Amino acid sequence: MALKDRIQETIDSEDVVLFMKGTPEQVLCGNSARALDALRSVGAPVTAVDVLPDPAIRQELSALSNWPTIPQVFVRGELVGGADIVQELAETGELREKLDGALGEGWQERGRQERTVELAEGQGPAGLRLVP
Amino acid sequence: MTVRLEELLRQAFPDATELAVEDRTGGGDHFQVIVASPRLSGLSLVEQHRLVYDALAEPLADGTIHELRIKTRGDD
Repeated sequence: MALKDRIQETIDSEDVVLFMKGTPEQVLCGNSARALDALRSVGAPVTAVDVLPDPAIRQELSALSNWPTIPQVFVRGELVGGADIVQELAETGELREKLDGALGEGWQERGRQERTVELAEGQGPAGLRLVP
Repeated sequence: MTVRLEELLRQAFPDATELAVEDRTGGGDHFQVIVASPRLSGLSLVEQHRLVYDALAEPLADGTIHELRIKTRGDD
């Protein structure tokens, strides 16, 4: 599958996707950290994608989303925004409302699962890694 | 550099009721911009930020802006 299609499939199939620089365990950019913190503050089930292993991820992603910067947060296929928007929505409570609307009430009780998906070529098949 | 960014934003939002550009680190490449404008009214935050990105497309593309923080609101 082409990289563009793998990106689109991840956006479409995961509840909450965070395209970031680095991983949740080792964040390599202040804005990615702000977005991750905002998502964690509401307990969002984050699926993280590191864009750094392959510059093409960022190029293809920005072409798909019409959004020039990283991080980018998607909920059920919809671009929610970058760090500023996600932080603002978390502070106003709208992020939780958005998750309630998109994932259905009670999503918190399904257990918080933060995981990382690797999209770059040469990293083997896309794997899911559970983070404690 | 803040002057150039302000000019670009002023062109895109000539009727802005608030428009500010701050060099966050003093290094000339990390910026915070604030825009309030009737042009942003009724738009989602994603759409609002896209208009700011559009206005600053050139300095974003040529690397002048390394990091950009955006705060927007509609203003009727």
